Amino acid sequence: MQLQEIVNTGNFGLAPWIVFLPLIGMLANLLFGRSLGEKASGWIASLASGAAFVVALLLAFSLGANPEGTTVTLGEWIRAGTLNVGWDFRIDTLSVTMMLVVAGVGTLIHIYAIGYMHEDVRHNGDPRRFPRFFVYLNLFIAAMMVLVSADNFLMMFVGWEGVGLCSYLLIGFWFEKGEHGIGNVKAAKKAFVTNRIGDFGLLIAMFIIFWNFGSLQFDAVFEKVPEVAVASPGVLLAITLFMLLGVAGKSAQLPLFVWLPDAMAGPTPVSALIHAATMVTAGVYLVARSHALYVAAPSAQAVVAWVGGLTALFAATIAVGQSDIKKVLAYSTISQLGFMVAAVGMGAFVAGMFHLVTHAFFKALLFLSAGSVIQGMEHGENAAHHAAYRQAAKNKKSADRGAQAFEAGHAGEEQHFDPQDMRNMGGLRSRMKYTYWFYLVGALALAGVFPLAGFFSKDEILVEALHLQPGVFWLLLAAALLTAFYVGRQVWMVFFGTPRSDAAARARENPPVMTVPLGVLAGLAVLGGALNLPGVHSLGKWLEHTIENIPPSEFSFPLAGAALLVALAGLGLAWSVYGREPLPKGFVDPLRRRLGGVFTALEHKWWVDELYDRLVIRPYKRLSAILSDSLDLGFINPLFDGLAAGTASLASFLRRIQNGFVRSYALAVLLGAVAIMAYLLFR
Amino acid sequence: MNPGILFFLVLAIIAIAAAVAMLFSRNAVYSALFLVVNFSTIAVIYLTLGAPFIALVQITVYAGAIMVLFLFVIMLLGAERLSAREPLTWQRPLAILLGVAMLGEVVYVFLFRAGLNVPLSIPTPTFGSPTEIGLDLFNRYLLPFEVTSVLLLVAMVGAIILTRVEKIKRPGGQATRDEATREQAMKDQAIKDQAIRDQVTRQ
Amino acid sequence: MVPLSYYLVLSVIMFTLGVIGVLVRRNALVIFMCLELMFNAANLAFIAFALFYQNLNGQVFVFFVMTVAAAEVAVGLALMVAIFRTKGNIDVDQVSTLKG
Repeated sequence: MQLQEIVNTGNFGLAPWIVFLPLIGMLANLLFGRSLGEKASGWIASLASGAAFVVALLLAFSLGANPEGTTVTLGEWIRAGTLNVGWDFRIDTLSVTMMLVVAGVGTLIHIYAIGYMHEDVRHNGDPRRFPRFFVYLNLFIAAMMVLVSADNFLMMFVGWEGVGLCSYLLIGFWFEKGEHGIGNVKAAKKAFVTNRIGDFGLLIAMFIIFWNFGSLQFDAVFEKVPEVAVASPGVLLAITLFMLLGVAGKSAQLPLFVWLPDAMAGPTPVSALIHAATMVTAGVYLVARSHALYVAAPSAQAVVAWVGGLTALFAATIAVGQSDIKKVLAYSTISQLGFMVAAVGMGAFVAGMFHLVTHAFFKALLFLSAGSVIQGMEHGENAAHHAAYRQAAKNKKSADRGAQAFEAGHAGEEQHFDPQDMRNMGGLRSRMKYTYWFYLVGALALAGVFPLAGFFSKDEILVEALHLQPGVFWLLLAAALLTAFYVGRQVWMVFFGTPRSDAAARARENPPVMTVPLGVLAGLAVLGGALNLPGVHSLGKWLEHTIENIPPSEFSFPLAGAALLVALAGLGLAWSVYGREPLPKGFVDPLRRRLGGVFTALEHKWWVDELYDRLVIRPYKRLSAILSDSLDLGFINPLFDGLAAGTASLASFLRRIQNGFVRSYALAVLLGAVAIMAYLLFR
Repeated sequence: MNPGILFFLVLAIIAIAAAVAMLFSRNAVYSALFLVVNFSTIAVIYLTLGAPFIALVQITVYAGAIMVLFLFVIMLLGAERLSAREPLTWQRPLAILLGVAMLGEVVYVFLFRAGLNVPLSIPTPTFGSPTEIGLDLFNRYLLPFEVTSVLLLVAMVGAIILTRVEKIKRPGGQATRDEATREQAMKDQAIKDQAIRDQVTRQ
Repeated sequence: MVPLSYYLVLSVIMFTLGVIGVLVRRNALVIFMCLELMFNAANLAFIAFALFYQNLNGQVFVFFVMTVAAAEVAVGLALMVAIFRTKGNIDVDQVSTLKG
């Protein structure tokens, strides 16, 4: 079959392969991963993901010819009463956009992970765990593809749960590590449980949808929306608000965002793929997909927009006070997700999806570069140790000089040297050149500097916000200022100045298998703005086939200029605090002096986790203990034990009838005969 | 009270008395002999019921052959070695109670419910005569007749096989010693079984 | 002249005595004899009904019952002998290894 044919006639039948190819990769690694060796297992996984990307491209080309899209049915799943759910793949512009992002960024991250995990499994001491990582990654890609290509809510929920599972598996990948040996596992559990609360909301929404619309199929539901809106508007409000709960869980909005910072316990490629580029965007996709429902419930739209806006500002403030390089990026992700959620909430679906795509590019870039920085620091740490030992070995005579050098090698190191702490970094610009330039591109894109991708997408959201939800506009603008500030702070702390520890002084660049994907992502971050340039609106026109009636946003020069000024102001502020003088080793954060108690609050993330612990977790645990001890152990257990004991004693009583004597058996026969005769005579 | 009923009552009392005596007798031989008396009485009752052939068959076969067989076996086995204690304490009272209950029920049916209080007619001489029975046996009931003969053959063969002694016992030698050990083991087992049974009934 | 029910009552009394004997006595041979008593009770009922219905079928049936009873006694007594050889006595209560 010629490529031309496929392009022209549209071969939508390929659709199921976007799920099957990653699954095949997963199976290959699951069954043969150990014996294949690291390179082979990593490249098989990347190839599987890449093949999925190629299929997505083919589907995109087919859509180019038939932009209305189609549904490919693989088979029937549930047929129970009026519920009819099938394995249907929906190929339209919105789902293909997501497919391309997931597979494209996913493949780049797979390739990066080959290099990253090679070091990481050795750093953590279990090289045999390498293939397992790629099994989980491929499973994730498959589940995410199910999510975005679903044609009904239930299949999407399957993918939703699948990505939640993979998130759990990957956060807890080093399950024996972390604080006290269970830190990673606790983070994984937290992610899963918090997501569960969101899933509960989504499930309730699905139930209400089925109850009122009679089907879970997207088309069937969205067609009936005007009817239901007139008949019972409260239903639509309920559906959209419960769905918002699901979005808050999966896309880390207030109040369920607390799992995402802890999820940084997973390896960096995981943070990049799942917790920046793809899984967390599932909530945004859900709202965009259900745009018909949201458009018909304006009060819900307002709620969503405000939740997004508040999250954006809240997370941005916390990011300012973090000193772990990944935590800053985590809160940045939450903040940017707030932007996206606010956008799709207020009805600017194209703006939201545009920002989703560009954010995937530059956030993945930032995370992967951060991973590169961390590995560089770990190399530096090892090098520092070796240098100290060599020094000690050389100076056999001056034992105390050796001891001094030993101490020097360990200087700046507490009990556990944290290669992720930005306070230990510094001056990495000269030691890790590629990483520095790529990181800079990502940072500027995040801040929203012209002409990088982030500028265009963030600006479009701001324009729409000014028209649709002015209150949210100010929240987002403030968040944008803080975004530029904290990302500038990060760049100056990490890359500029002088190295603040021996590890930073001896850091080295990473191999091309890691830096090349960074380069590709950096290119995308630079050029990504072309997806939806103002005036051209390619993405808008592309998405219009799925999301109807979107007025294209007008470009407003004053607003764009204001946004750019805000970004530059933020960067400038960061320079003045962190960049003007090189920060010395063991420095006190300058903001602490200026903001005092507020900075402590920011550092402690406004004590949200502690608050949740007091308000929710401790009472819940007490309730569990009550139910477990008094109800379960005290009542239900003895009830069943009593039943069992009763049965046993009844049995041992009845057993005595079988005494082995024939005469007593004969007596029983006579007894029966007499009884039956009596019954027949006297009834 | 007409003579027929009187005659019948006398015979009935003798039959029942013989049966009761058979039940209560401690000596098995006495039981067998009382049973012979019972059978003979029943044979006389058959005669009054117009079944001469059956009556004489009863005496010949039942009293003459079957009971003789019984007596042979009783004397062969010398069957008096029973342990004194009754292991099942409730057996006797319950059995008597239930037996009486069954008796009461059935008598009730026969006397009051089934309408069978009709006097029987006096049988004609040819009624149960051998000729008549013979005609029936060889015309209508030929197949069952032949089958019964096969049945008797089978019973004969069965009896012979069941009582066959397995090996020729030669004095001394391993076979006899094995046999002796086996017999001793079986006797020990019997004693053990009795002990277990005693334990069970003590519970 | 004698009502049918009298014969039937006699038959039932003999049958009951047989049943009680089977349940109460422990000597296997005596139990067997009580069994024969029960057979006879049934035979008596057959003969009485044969006269009542003026039908010889009852008597023919008794003939066959006797034949079969004879065969059964032969085999049963052979069994008794075999059991005696194994157990040493014919106490029916000793044949009780199938207890639960």
